[in-house]
Amino acid sequence: MSQQIQPAKVMFDGPVHGRSPLHKYIFTGVVVLLCLWVLVPIYLLAVNTLSSPEDVNAFPKSLFPDLNTDSVSFFLNFAGVGQALWSSVKVATVTMVLSILAGAPAGYALSRFDFTGKSTFRVLVLMTRAFPLPLLALPLAVMYIRIGLDDSILGLALVHTTLALPFAVLITYSLFSGIPIELEEAAWTLGCSRLQAFQKVIFPLVLPGIAASAIFAFVISWNEVFAAAVLTIENRTLPAFLLQSLSFAPLHLKFAGGAVLVLPALIFIFLVRKYLFSMWGIANR
Amino acid sequence: MKPVKTLLSLTLATGLSAAAMGAANAEVLFWSTQANPPEEQQIMREKVLADFEGGADFAPSEGGPWLTRIQAELQAGEGKIGVLGSLHGDLIELSDGLVDLSELDTSSMNKTFLELGKLGTDEQKYIPWMQATYIMAANKKALEFLPEGADINALSYDQLIAWSKTMAEETGSPKFGFPAGPKGLKHRFFQGYMYPSYTNSMVTKFRSAEAELAWNKFKELWSYTNRSSTNFSFMQEQLLTDEVWVVFDHTARLADAFNQRPDDFIAFPAPAGPTGRGFMPVVVGMAVPNSAPDMEAAKNLISYMSQPEVQIETLRATNFFPVVDVELPDDMPASVKAAGAAVAAMSGSADANPGLLPVGLGDLGGKFNAVYVDAFERIVLAGQDVREVLDDQADSLRKIMEEAGAPCWAPDAPSEGACPVD
Amino acid sequence: MYSKSLPYMLLLPATLFLCIFFIYPFTLVAWQAFTTDTGEFTSSFFQEMASHWKFNTALINTLLLALAVVPFQMALAIYMATLVNGMKRGRDAVLYIWTIPLGISDLAAGLIWLAIFEQSGFLNSFLHTLGVVEQPVGFLGYENKGIIFLAIVLAEIWRATSIVLVILVAGMGLIPKEYAEAAEVFGASRWQRFTRVTLPMLKPSLQTAMILRVILAFEVFAVVVALGGTNLPVLMSEVFTWQYELRDAHVAAAYALVILAISIAFTLLIMWALRVPKGARV
Repeated sequence: MSQQIQPAKVMFDGPVHGRSPLHKYIFTGVVVLLCLWVLVPIYLLAVNTLSSPEDVNAFPKSLFPDLNTDSVSFFLNFAGVGQALWSSVKVATVTMVLSILAGAPAGYALSRFDFTGKSTFRVLVLMTRAFPLPLLALPLAVMYIRIGLDDSILGLALVHTTLALPFAVLITYSLFSGIPIELEEAAWTLGCSRLQAFQKVIFPLVLPGIAASAIFAFVISWNEVFAAAVLTIENRTLPAFLLQSLSFAPLHLKFAGGAVLVLPALIFIFLVRKYLFSMWGIANR
Repeated sequence: MKPVKTLLSLTLATGLSAAAMGAANAEVLFWSTQANPPEEQQIMREKVLADFEGGADFAPSEGGPWLTRIQAELQAGEGKIGVLGSLHGDLIELSDGLVDLSELDTSSMNKTFLELGKLGTDEQKYIPWMQATYIMAANKKALEFLPEGADINALSYDQLIAWSKTMAEETGSPKFGFPAGPKGLKHRFFQGYMYPSYTNSMVTKFRSAEAELAWNKFKELWSYTNRSSTNFSFMQEQLLTDEVWVVFDHTARLADAFNQRPDDFIAFPAPAGPTGRGFMPVVVGMAVPNSAPDMEAAKNLISYMSQPEVQIETLRATNFFPVVDVELPDDMPASVKAAGAAVAAMSGSADANPGLLPVGLGDLGGKFNAVYVDAFERIVLAGQDVREVLDDQADSLRKIMEEAGAPCWAPDAPSEGACPVD
Repeated sequence: MYSKSLPYMLLLPATLFLCIFFIYPFTLVAWQAFTTDTGEFTSSFFQEMASHWKFNTALINTLLLALAVVPFQMALAIYMATLVNGMKRGRDAVLYIWTIPLGISDLAAGLIWLAIFEQSGFLNSFLHTLGVVEQPVGFLGYENKGIIFLAIVLAEIWRATSIVLVILVAGMGLIPKEYAEAAEVFGASRWQRFTRVTLPMLKPSLQTAMILRVILAFEVFAVVVALGGTNLPVLMSEVFTWQYELRDAHVAAAYALVILAISIAFTLLIMWALRVPKGARV
């Protein structure tokens, strides 16, 4: 949270001719308000996390933590947290790679070709997200035990990939759709093959968007609890590990557990934000 | 723990962890729905299971994933889970997939619980692991509002209502709290406390005039109950935040309040109605699934968990009481002392009227609970007519009893064939 | 131009995935909704579901929540995306802040908002400090269904707007600047530029974002349970109840198929409403 924006520095860009200073202030005010809307609840979670159990239960609550780290240190020293964290990162990374490898070609095909079964495929992809996953866990677990994928990083990543795939397909589809086909055609007339044209022209343009959908995949995997709780036992992921305990934990530990879950996701989004935003560079082609 | 023993367990633990590196699979996997809270898991791993030869991996889980996982292993016919630990109601459903444990030594165990562990078959499907029950707890601030002449250790439901009414009027907001949230154990209150206390029955007199009276009494109590009770699942939280002053809940779900602020709260028995002081003992069992990778090790773990000293460590970890005869040491946590006294007063009272957990319902246990929960939601929350709802829900109850063919259990009189619903 | 099989080759990996990890278990589960344990075909599970006293409430709540959350979210995300587009400095920081909820699971979001709305929570503390209330108010009591509903809507808007935002921002980044500049040269007002240029060009992204949001809105669960307890049954919470509390996998599967059916219906509707005519593509 060290990144403080300075409202005064938020300047209005674009055609500002004839825009009064009042407009600028309103604009800045709205942006700051929306930032607060996102940040305040997270700040409150932090307050609860960094308060002693007595303070978490006190009324009225103070808006400032007393920086008591008992709950957090309990979690960090909790047997198995480190291992679960590592499992989570591994599963989420494999999920990210798999969902892009499987999703992006499909997104490209949907945006560039008309073929029989196109709309069927699109609906099929969406159906995946429209059916409650917890019900699918039992048949999947049986299948896994029989083929030996049970309790493995790869096995869980495969299920998470299925969950993330619709996002990957749809996001890449809309990205490719947004790139004029003329660009590709121009490359072909200059003697590029389809593959070369894709590599040299299209790929650099969609890279940021692909990064965005990779992040989705990572986050989906990171936050998925139910399949993780059923399909892994000794290689539990962090959310499965924590959330199994969270719903029965006393309040102060619930908040600490929530924070332990939220913080890595925040850090991850922060790390990849450059990719998320490098699209600004390409917007000015 | 004595120092000698600590030393021993330390050597064992270091030796074990070294061995565990090489043979992680040799550990028995203990798949449990109990001892889920992080602090309890910690104690289970570090204290309770630490001395088990060969090592045990304690893996607690929520009910949904717990069941899905073990069902998958039973279906596949192989798996990782060695020992199951869960409530009587969960184990009933897996009955066909559980190994007979009759060969284990159970001489010091509570006979009633052993009988429950047969799940209506002639095999010992599970071995009792630990027990608990539901009691009342109050913030000491509430005591000054007790009705004239009421004895806190022998309250009646009418006195509880009067007490809640006084508190609501004097303090300006309802101070009675009831665990009616999504994970709350409200159904056990109706099955094991309200019905036995008002009708001397759990099933047969479900729609009787006495039951109608009971529900009307409960509606009255509800009018002095905190409005957010439909979100409460662990009453210790609301006791600690002072949102409510008097609550009913499971002993393990009140423990935190006593342990954090032992001087502020007291525990006392559940109230009595016209037909006695209904209460429900809860039993948690240990079982071995057919799909267990190492039967011998699994059975050894169950024997280990039944030892008196391990049962005491388990009590420290989970606030569930032993199922074998043991002398409790004096250094028990505040919650154990408070709850222990209240439970003893409740089960030892002259008008005690225990209601057992449902027996012989198979996988209809959930629907059985839903009959009571639906009655509550329709009568109390939706304000529907008591008589109509009871008639309607009695039909569902009758269907469940007939489908299961389950004979009556206490406090209902034994029946030939399925337990009737009058 | 290209061989007939190329698109199918491109779709193959994704299709394989879906067949093994979705279609296969899905078929097994869906089968359960129509057949008894002994394998007889029956519609009794759907009847049992539809006649259950909570079914209508759960269905209506689910639809109402989606209706209250999704349109507002779409509008808010479009607005936020245009705000970001008009920024010079601080853009990266603002965008980062706005996408934070992306990394927050619905369980954690439910926890965060419960800390705000519960009786001894931050909202009550705040009102108490201001002197607005004497006693803490039980906002989430079972009689305040309206407030519970509102709290869930707020939490959902807070939690899931960022997904829409990122998709739209990515889409806006792909709109060539020349279009807006040309429109400006021809004297179009800001509003006209937005409605005539930006929105039509955003259609593919809008369609994607909206379909995803609607589908996820029908599966809303963790936040509802955290804030509403059992007061506000939704379809997804009923699936859980039937599967894990009532232990009736058949009826749970029937509920899941209902969720699937309304999701498909709405998906097709959105696809049609926001379709991009072939000739109108850039």
